[in-house]
Amino acid sequence: MNMGKISFVKVWYFYLNGFRNMTWGRTLWLLILIKLFIMFFILRLFFFPSFLKDKENKPEYVGNELIQRSAAYKNINIKN
Amino acid sequence: MIESIDTSLVDWSRAQFALTAIYHWLFVPLTLGLAIIMGITESLYIKTGKEFWKYTTKFWMKLFGINFAVGVATGLILEFEFGTNWSNYSWFVGDIFGAPLAIEAIVAFFLEATFIAVMFFGWNKVSKRFHLTATWLTGIGATLSAWWILVANAWMQYPVGMVFNPETVRNEMDNFIAVAFSPVAVMKFFHTVLSSWIIGAVFVIGISCWYLIKKRNQKMALASIKVAAFVGLCASLITAWTGDQSGYQAAKTQPMKLAAMEGLYEGGYGLGLTVIGFVNPDKKAYDDGVKPILYEVKIPKYLSFLATREANGYVPGIRNLIEGGYPLPDGGIALSAEEKIASGKKAIAALDAFRQAQKDGNKEAETKARKMLQDNMAHFGYGYIQDVNQLIPNVPLNFYAFRIMVGLGFYFILLFAVLLFLIYKKDLTRIKWIQWLCLLSIPLAYIASQAGWVVTETGRQPWAIQNMLPTNAAVSRLQTSSVQLTFFLFLILFTILLIAEINIMLKAIKKGPEGEASTNI
Repeated sequence: MNMGKISFVKVWYFYLNGFRNMTWGRTLWLLILIKLFIMFFILRLFFFPSFLKDKENKPEYVGNELIQRSAAYKNINIKN
Repeated sequence: MIESIDTSLVDWSRAQFALTAIYHWLFVPLTLGLAIIMGITESLYIKTGKEFWKYTTKFWMKLFGINFAVGVATGLILEFEFGTNWSNYSWFVGDIFGAPLAIEAIVAFFLEATFIAVMFFGWNKVSKRFHLTATWLTGIGATLSAWWILVANAWMQYPVGMVFNPETVRNEMDNFIAVAFSPVAVMKFFHTVLSSWIIGAVFVIGISCWYLIKKRNQKMALASIKVAAFVGLCASLITAWTGDQSGYQAAKTQPMKLAAMEGLYEGGYGLGLTVIGFVNPDKKAYDDGVKPILYEVKIPKYLSFLATREANGYVPGIRNLIEGGYPLPDGGIALSAEEKIASGKKAIAALDAFRQAQKDGNKEAETKARKMLQDNMAHFGYGYIQDVNQLIPNVPLNFYAFRIMVGLGFYFILLFAVLLFLIYKKDLTRIKWIQWLCLLSIPLAYIASQAGWVVTETGRQPWAIQNMLPTNAAVSRLQTSSVQLTFFLFLILFTILLIAEINIMLKAIKKGPEGEASTNI
């Protein structure tokens, strides 16, 4: 248990010191955070909702879509 | 009631996906390519114990970090688009697409993300060998990510290992091995990853040559050129072989793509491969008899050999693929497009009948409809084709993109071979023309890579999933204007990211390496 705690603390300080000692990496992290914010909190929320999310019966909806988009399939007699 | 989809919605949705994929692919190949070069230079550091190699590794690692930071997660936007713009497709592919992408996210990405921290923060804090392991595992993680993404892409080109369930209207995976290790996926992986190594090699050589032009950091520049030219030559030779294999597979699984790449309208035996030629603008229809390619120079018999592994093998052209009736390798006779369309319409009608029978509780009708659906499922997507001309991809685009990719591929083989000769036999620091040529070749590597994807993706049109689902059935019923808006949003976002990457990278390059790597010879 103690060994596990010591290892965890070591890993924590490894990351902490790594981030603290960054020079050009700070700019890159800023860029990553801005990008992720734009992607998940602007694009995903406002522009890219799941299209099928509000469809109660998804198989029914997609099935209807796939059937209705085929032109003239109604002429097919499936008994043949 | 039959409802049609506005073609502009399909076109804008395709354009949006192409835009995001193209931008995403500016970052990925450099990550894969620099990873192998960093791994080699750090291995040389461990082997020789020379600090020079450590500083050389740290310099290329810095550029890797910049590219990784800007490019990371740009691929997630493609997944947003699947859910929003291509919802029918997303539902239809079911868990087949989801499984490889989930594995990619959980295994490969976390492997990459864990070891990248050790790679950047671990200098002088972990043992040299552990650090080297972390560097290689970062590259392996990125490569494994590429594997699963390419498995998903390969499945769209060659759908295998699944059955369609009419109750859920989804494809369900019944053979994971067939999906993960389909011959198309395996060859696509090697072709894509190795061509990314070429980009990494050309990038390293180009930047190193800039230092030679500026008479700076010559020691690191020459050492990096040796490593990168060796990697580049090996990668480009194997890429040429995997390209040949990919052509063979396209002939078997996507013959229309091969015909479009060649501008081949009339098939035949013992056909040559066009090396140089121009698409005839007067060619208006597949059956108008107008010569499709002008001023062509061919390698005799090679197209037949590429497609069939026999010098006199039969290769169908676009007209043959539309009209059918040509001999198949298994001894059968090819169906015409009209016959496939009729079969596809039967499949869709059977799906409709199945659903109706389920609602009515009519088991006998349900069984009959399921049987008819299974019998015609191979041509399901043809049921959405209204005119056989829709089955022909953009021939000029594929013809020229293919030649740009192959032509630049052979140019790089020559460039790497010449560089290796000059660096071992001559004084490269004095040969200005090759320094400039290498520097100016950096964009050519990206053009070759993008041209390859143009062939892969536009060559399979109209299909989102080969023979199973065309784009006009796969697209969500959205307002075209909303797709246009997000297209331009992405254009702005990605362009800003690209400018940021280029700026930060140029600053890092101008600053150059540190320690012993910053010396001249």
